[in-house]
Amino acid sequence: MIWNDEFETLPREAIESLQLKRLQQTVARVQATVPFYRQSFARAGVSAEMIRSLDDLRRLPFTLKQDMRDNYPYGLFAVPLEQIVRIHASSGTTGKPTVVGYTRRDIDTWAELMARSFVAAGASRGDVIHNAYGYGLFTGGLGAHYGAERIGASVIPMSGGNTKKQIMIMQDFGSTVLTCTPSYCLYLAEAAREENLDIRDFKLRVGIHGAEPWSEAMRQEIEEKLGIKAIDIYGLSEILGPGVGIECIEAQNGLHIWEDHFIPEIIDPETGEPLPPGEKGELVITTITKEGIPLIRYRTRDITRIIPEPCICGRTHVRLERISGRSDDMLIIRGVNVFPSQIESVLFNIEGVEPHYQLIVDREDNLDTLEVQVEVNERVFSDEIKVLQELSRKIRRDIKDLLGITCKVRLVEPKSLARSEGKAVRVIDKRKG
Amino acid sequence: MTVQQISVFIENKTGRLAEVTRVIGNAGINIRALSLADTSDFGILRLIVDSPDKALQVLKEDGFTVSKTEVIAVEVPDRPKGLNGILEKLDQAGINVEYMYAFVEPNGGEAIIIFRFDDIQRALEMLPEMDVKLVKSDKIFSA
Repeated sequence: MIWNDEFETLPREAIESLQLKRLQQTVARVQATVPFYRQSFARAGVSAEMIRSLDDLRRLPFTLKQDMRDNYPYGLFAVPLEQIVRIHASSGTTGKPTVVGYTRRDIDTWAELMARSFVAAGASRGDVIHNAYGYGLFTGGLGAHYGAERIGASVIPMSGGNTKKQIMIMQDFGSTVLTCTPSYCLYLAEAAREENLDIRDFKLRVGIHGAEPWSEAMRQEIEEKLGIKAIDIYGLSEILGPGVGIECIEAQNGLHIWEDHFIPEIIDPETGEPLPPGEKGELVITTITKEGIPLIRYRTRDITRIIPEPCICGRTHVRLERISGRSDDMLIIRGVNVFPSQIESVLFNIEGVEPHYQLIVDREDNLDTLEVQVEVNERVFSDEIKVLQELSRKIRRDIKDLLGITCKVRLVEPKSLARSEGKAVRVIDKRKG
Repeated sequence: MTVQQISVFIENKTGRLAEVTRVIGNAGINIRALSLADTSDFGILRLIVDSPDKALQVLKEDGFTVSKTEVIAVEVPDRPKGLNGILEKLDQAGINVEYMYAFVEPNGGEAIIIFRFDDIQRALEMLPEMDVKLVKSDKIFSA
């Protein structure tokens, strides 16, 4: 089923001419109203009048997360504060949060795109949507909430946490759609088991998961443990929040990005040059309908590729491949691109192994070396040396199979790897400095 | 008739072994026998102590990865070929030794060997038949 048949199945030429018109309007607007863009366009020697085709987009300078920090809190807003009806912010793990503002029309657009996303995921009026994304400054909760109301579903505004109550309500209220992060979804299944309940017996049929990277292996685990279809959703507060893109339930292969509102590009994260269609690189998004904070060529740091082939669901908007990592944690080891998330997925697939790990990259005799440190817990520990040696051989072999690089695996004591309050420090690159 | 052994995962880092013995010592636990198996990165410390459950608990609380394993203690005649006699019998019975370590019982002067077999049940059945004397844990635990 499709929520907005007219726009979701627009022919390619129509999408592109709409994109060009909206891009021209957006660029002219930010040039006129946002001093940051006026200056950055002037430095790059470009102006709104020079945008005559979609290809001209690449002449415009990028917008970085740092630019949002430098203009904290309201410097990138393109409308006066009295037109902003909602303010959200990202967590700001590395300093001040990134602040975004929405006009009334932005909120309406967001609800529309989340409605499209819910329907693409197989939800509809009559569903009971259990929304366990956090409500608050984080965009997940309210973003999903408004979309769920828009399609006429019954939404339960659970927010995050309070796991026992989540399970009780899910069971008693007959929730059919679950929206939460993929890791919380598995946690819910585990917590239910501890109370001798099996979520597979509940009425849930679809899970919509995003806000953190997850793998195909994790999808299989979720689908099996909860007895649902697990759908990948993409979004980031700088661009909109959840609902920038979503997988359709028909294909479950790649996230349709709503091209009548966003223009996606893939660039080489090292050089900033656009890459040919279908190649993997960093996703750059230009918003073309946003009023509060329009962003021109925003570097998401997310690594993906555009799947240009038409989708079986009938939507004409291009798909993004599942996000495979972040350009800011990409390592190049002996010429191979390595993401910590790939190592994580290898560890995730080995029974009993803790996903607590650290990567040490170094250089010996002009050759890059990778050491993977993995914590040994009681589930994999043995009083026999050969069992532990076999474990480290298996990790090494699986990493070699997946990434094609050889590494050294070092088993370490639990809790010996640094735990930080927020995101764990996964990589120590000794080649730098 | 098995004996409980405590195994501890130890990274090859200065001071880790001392940390284990400190934790055990502070808890008033006495070590009766030990062996350290090591590789270049890590070691496994195997301990026979007078109160294994307590040792397991205090080491866990201190953040170590610990496990409890059933091993077999065998009394070895204290004379030339005493050990060889036992090993040959095991070999004939096709029982595989995963690892072993020895200590001398201070009172009686007997040598005691701790064995970890791949098939502990079979070893328990066959050893007495082969005239090999098994040692009870209370004899090991009481100094």
